[in-house]
Amino acid sequence: MKIHEYQAKKIFKDYGIPIPEGDVATTPEEVRNIAERIGKRVVVKAQIHAGGRGKGGGVKTADSPEEAEKVAGEIIGMNLVTHQTGPEGKKVKTVLVEEALDIEKELYLGIAIDRAADQEQPVIMASEAGGMEIEEVASKTPEKIIKVGANPVGSFSGFQGRKIAYGLGMNKPVVGKASKIIESLYRLFVEKDASLVEINPLLLTKDGELLALDAKINFDDDGLYRHPEIKELRDVDEEEPLELKASNAGVNYIKLDGNVGCMVNGAGLAMATMDLIKLAGGEPANFLDVGGGASAESIEKAFRILTSDKNVKAILVNIFGGILRCDRVASGVIEAATNMNLTLPMVVRLQGTNVEEGRKLLQESSLKFEVAEGLFEAAEKVVALV
Amino acid sequence: MSILLNEESRIVIQGITGGEGSFHAREAVEFGSKVVAGVTPGKGGTDVDGIPVYNRVIDAVVNEGANASGIYVPAAFAPDAILESIEAGIKLIVCMTEGIPALEMVRVKKALKGTGSYLIGPNCPGITTPGVGKIGFMPNFIHKEGNVGVISRSGTLTYEVINMLTNLGIGQTTSVGIGGDPIVGSTFVDMLELFEADPATDLVAIIGEIGGNAEEEAARFVEEKMTKPLVGFIAGQTAPPGKRMGHAGAIISGGKGTAAEKMKAWGDAGIKVVENPAEIGKAAVSILNS
Repeated sequence: MKIHEYQAKKIFKDYGIPIPEGDVATTPEEVRNIAERIGKRVVVKAQIHAGGRGKGGGVKTADSPEEAEKVAGEIIGMNLVTHQTGPEGKKVKTVLVEEALDIEKELYLGIAIDRAADQEQPVIMASEAGGMEIEEVASKTPEKIIKVGANPVGSFSGFQGRKIAYGLGMNKPVVGKASKIIESLYRLFVEKDASLVEINPLLLTKDGELLALDAKINFDDDGLYRHPEIKELRDVDEEEPLELKASNAGVNYIKLDGNVGCMVNGAGLAMATMDLIKLAGGEPANFLDVGGGASAESIEKAFRILTSDKNVKAILVNIFGGILRCDRVASGVIEAATNMNLTLPMVVRLQGTNVEEGRKLLQESSLKFEVAEGLFEAAEKVVALV
Repeated sequence: MSILLNEESRIVIQGITGGEGSFHAREAVEFGSKVVAGVTPGKGGTDVDGIPVYNRVIDAVVNEGANASGIYVPAAFAPDAILESIEAGIKLIVCMTEGIPALEMVRVKKALKGTGSYLIGPNCPGITTPGVGKIGFMPNFIHKEGNVGVISRSGTLTYEVINMLTNLGIGQTTSVGIGGDPIVGSTFVDMLELFEADPATDLVAIIGEIGGNAEEEAARFVEEKMTKPLVGFIAGQTAPPGKRMGHAGAIISGGKGTAAEKMKAWGDAGIKVVENPAEIGKAAVSILNS
């Protein structure tokens, strides 16, 4: 789960990580008031989940409260397009207004779980190349990234912070401050079940202070059950509406750009089915995993979600019945299609337990299905229908 | 012959009195597995279809000689259940539970280190040795005894592949679903090592997916250590970046973990990679017959 910068900064504050003075606003008037209170040059930052906000025109500085009000009027309500939002962009509802600071140096600090076999633990990453995307730094100049693995079974040790701070070329008074920030960030990562925390840039001011100029925290969805306070920070407006509807219905759905809708049980098979559609010359409209225990009810919900995407011109149902019996799937499909008056052409492929009974049910129903046996045959048949 | 699960395996089911645990314990018994005990704290002294239930794993080890465990408990309790099995000296631990926080798995893996126990999963369909037994929920009817090892990160796609092999007359030594989470107990490399050493296995079918670097690590191992032939498929060639494709571990992040990279790594390592998963069976046949 993702949260906004201003929400992440509130958590930083709770953990003692220094952040610039500022506040959130939803109207230009509020922005002016905050700017007056700060009493110096400010930065107005659009609050959307995507990165690249500055380049898209979602971050602007203002020398006076009047100017802050003016730039806020331009940002609030704008449709902000960045490399991460897709061409449709995101509407800006909230801005963060902060004091502008004198920059001595911009650094990068982040923590993520490294899946490599020799790590399999959180890894603290730091770089002098702050402000840039870390992936870019990693691919172009990997030597500029300092990595320190941290075992969550033990406690954080001082050397871990020093290893990074001295590696970043810091001197005595700043090293202490940096180590404290690194330790706090690590504690936050572990205590809140984060999957990624990033301070990019971590700002070193001309007076030798360190502050988190930006803040990003992603949480492990599987850890949310034990963090109700984090769950509350979810902003559903930032999510694709169909994906939101699907997650509320307990179905794994991701919208894609093609026109062949597919409904599959199991995530691996669902991905493989998308690949097969592409291989057969079509374009998948979605990823949809109905899960292992699909019932008539969940199949109907899944159909409703995938058909509310107006690009869908044909549907492929691909189910491997293990514990879930094919005859049950077939009656679920028939019931759902009848209830919904589904008119889109459809190919149904069933394999596994009670497959004969399932195919018979489909053939005897008044609905028009094409039945396929082989994996690739199913994909070819559905692609021919669009 | 087989890997991990064999004639000596005596299975304890942790969470046997729950809906999933009791259902899959019965299915496993029907398949011929030696399920010798169940564990549910507080239900010790009862039984499920005549299988004795204990409060603690150690009691199942002492009284019934359990040396393998299958875990069907909710995510909040599963890490503890795994640790209990490790502590009781169980050598094969298979955890089906989905939704365990990644940081919990980091801790579990640290505890696993140096114990000599294998953990399969979590968030996996389990392990099956045809003719011997199974732990997990792979459907019983798809398997056949034979000479191919199967390793996969997914569930139903694994069943497809096993079923396809069986329909072509190719049986399996052991099939292992290692799980779809970012941190799993046993990796591709751990399983490849065992299949390479298993005299009954002549070929390995390996099914990967997008996200992480387990496939790349497997490629390195295959190139350096494997003498046996492999066929492979990677799911997610059409998956968009930045989206979690069902499995917590199946996500392309920062441009890393794409299917194209993984297919190339496998191909370069000498694995016969198929673009079309429907052709993995045929690819296996052509290698076995050559």
